[in-house]
Amino acid sequence: MGSDRIGARFAAVKAEGRPALVTFVMAGDPDLATSQAILDGLPRAGADIIELGMPFSDPMADGVAIQLAGQRALESGQTLRQTLAMVEDFRRKDSQTPIVLMGYYNPIYIFGVDAFLAAAREAGVDGLIVVDLPPEEDGELCIPALEAGISFIRLTTPTTDDRRLPAVLKNTSGFVYYVSMTGVTGAAIANRERVGEAVRRIKAHTALPVAVGFGIKNAEDAAFIGRDADGVVVGSAIISAIADTLDDGRPTEGTVGAAHGLVAELAAGVRRARG
Amino acid sequence: MDMSGANSLRQGPDDQGRFGQFGGRFVAETLMPLILDLEAAYRTARADDAFNAEIVHLAKHYTGRPSPLYFADRLTEAYGGARIYFKREELNHTGSHKINNCLGQILLAKRMGKTRIIAETGAGQHGVATATVCAKFGLPCTIFMGATDVERQRPNVLRMKMLGAEVRPVTAGAGTLKDAMNEALRDWVTNVESTYYLIGTAAGPHPYPEMVRDFQSVIGTELRAQMLETEGRLPDALVACIGGGSNAIGFFHPFLDDEGVAIYGAEAGGHGIDVENGHAASMTGGRPGVLHGNRTYLLQDADGQILEGHSISAGLDYPGVGPEHSFLRDSGRVKYMPITDAQALEAFQLCTRLEGIIPALETAHGLALVKAIAPTMRPDQTIVLCLSGRGDKDVESVGRLLEGQL
Repeated sequence: MGSDRIGARFAAVKAEGRPALVTFVMAGDPDLATSQAILDGLPRAGADIIELGMPFSDPMADGVAIQLAGQRALESGQTLRQTLAMVEDFRRKDSQTPIVLMGYYNPIYIFGVDAFLAAAREAGVDGLIVVDLPPEEDGELCIPALEAGISFIRLTTPTTDDRRLPAVLKNTSGFVYYVSMTGVTGAAIANRERVGEAVRRIKAHTALPVAVGFGIKNAEDAAFIGRDADGVVVGSAIISAIADTLDDGRPTEGTVGAAHGLVAELAAGVRRARG
Repeated sequence: MDMSGANSLRQGPDDQGRFGQFGGRFVAETLMPLILDLEAAYRTARADDAFNAEIVHLAKHYTGRPSPLYFADRLTEAYGGARIYFKREELNHTGSHKINNCLGQILLAKRMGKTRIIAETGAGQHGVATATVCAKFGLPCTIFMGATDVERQRPNVLRMKMLGAEVRPVTAGAGTLKDAMNEALRDWVTNVESTYYLIGTAAGPHPYPEMVRDFQSVIGTELRAQMLETEGRLPDALVACIGGGSNAIGFFHPFLDDEGVAIYGAEAGGHGIDVENGHAASMTGGRPGVLHGNRTYLLQDADGQILEGHSISAGLDYPGVGPEHSFLRDSGRVKYMPITDAQALEAFQLCTRLEGIIPALETAHGLALVKAIAPTMRPDQTIVLCLSGRGDKDVESVGRLLEGQL
């Protein structure tokens, strides 16, 4: 079952006395084969949980790095069906590492919610993060996903006040994703101390693990944020490391290694967080 | 909300911001608290006589309302059939209907204590109207405009800059209206505390579609009174062009429950509805999906990726449409038809030569639809076009298209 894998992983890293490293990569970036190789090697490089981006033509909450990754993926012909097939392929080799699909609602809506959930479950997807589905739209996908045994991981933000937080946490499962800033992915965190306060505020309302994302770029950031958070999410920095190796949008010899190299550094960072 | 009866088509949206299955609030959590605040602030403002009185005052003394109802005698003669009237929104200050909505929303932004305004624009009409009200009310503003549109609508870019706005060209995607809206949403999510997003069309998350419609409904409400005064009865047919559909919804809404009034919307048929990604007629050639905060008809591929669409007119070049139009389409109350670039261009020229009115290319799509419908009607019937904008901004680009013919 989906959320069991997520729960088990958070419990395991907690027992090690450290936060989980959650890594985001875009499915199909820069092409299907390279992306599969990056995905398959993430656990070995040190990722505890994997967020796999479902590319969308209009990523309204993303900064330039993830926008471009999505564009490269779509140009290489990536579809939602192929993204699900990537998870299926990964699962044949790894039955333990949780995979969370992250993206926007329209491709799922067009695939058909029930058909998508059945296919996601079959492929071994553990959870979903869908940026443009707030609690007000829970009937669309959140409730059906929970019924299908797939976690629905909610984003909470600096604008989610204590009055609103219970409603946001109500149907959340797996973990809570705290967005460290008001902004798009890839921007810089203005005040890292504030993030710790926010995590403690959320934890007062829920027993779920709290992972922090947006603006974490290197091992040092991961170690700092990981003092308070149960997980640190890194996306744009990994995407940029991949992008830096590309030759006119195409992968080179260094592409897969660049992603895994950064993930290994980040993994060392989370292990220093509470050291 | 209008409460004119259980069978009324004018009751939407419901508490969830839905018009039937369309509309809603599909936005990131960061924006959600703000959107709820906005809705509350809007309800309070509408119930405040002082707010409504200020809108009426500005409409009269700043915009120049009511806009005239004009009988287009030579076009009536040329097309044959029904008597053709124009509702002259192009005579408003700033040259289009867009100012009606901007004045309403800037007053709301001031009430909410916002200190900075952002907006998206396609043809630049909404950008100019926004820059204008920001100048008048002393608020800094940033206008997001696709880089392609910056090129083809230069006069409006200059106007915005002269009015003190910062114009930020957006190069993502095809550099048109949808990309400008994405970038405006990214800015909003980043500056959510200080910034008011002044959406120009009747789309986006609830309450925008309702709010924009309400501020634009002055067009249809005035027309009702003017037609009763001029012809002694309601019009037989209404026609408006549809991009996001703000002029159209304001024009149509007061007539939705009048069964005797046939209502038509002209979508951008571009190179033709059969040309893949060659048009922007979302209700003719698209299907329901979720983008920019609402569920509505969208141009998209089989994987749910949004297409850019194409139109000769930068203001109609949007792959979606306001959710209330999607609802009216499915209910059958309004008939939406595609008009090609070539048809619009022909109507643009004819109206200019016969009536001495240079219409915006957006509006020319409505004119071309009048050409199709008026001849099927009797000479004692009337058809009214919402002449939503003036074409000064298009003179340069139309001139290039007609090279050698002028």
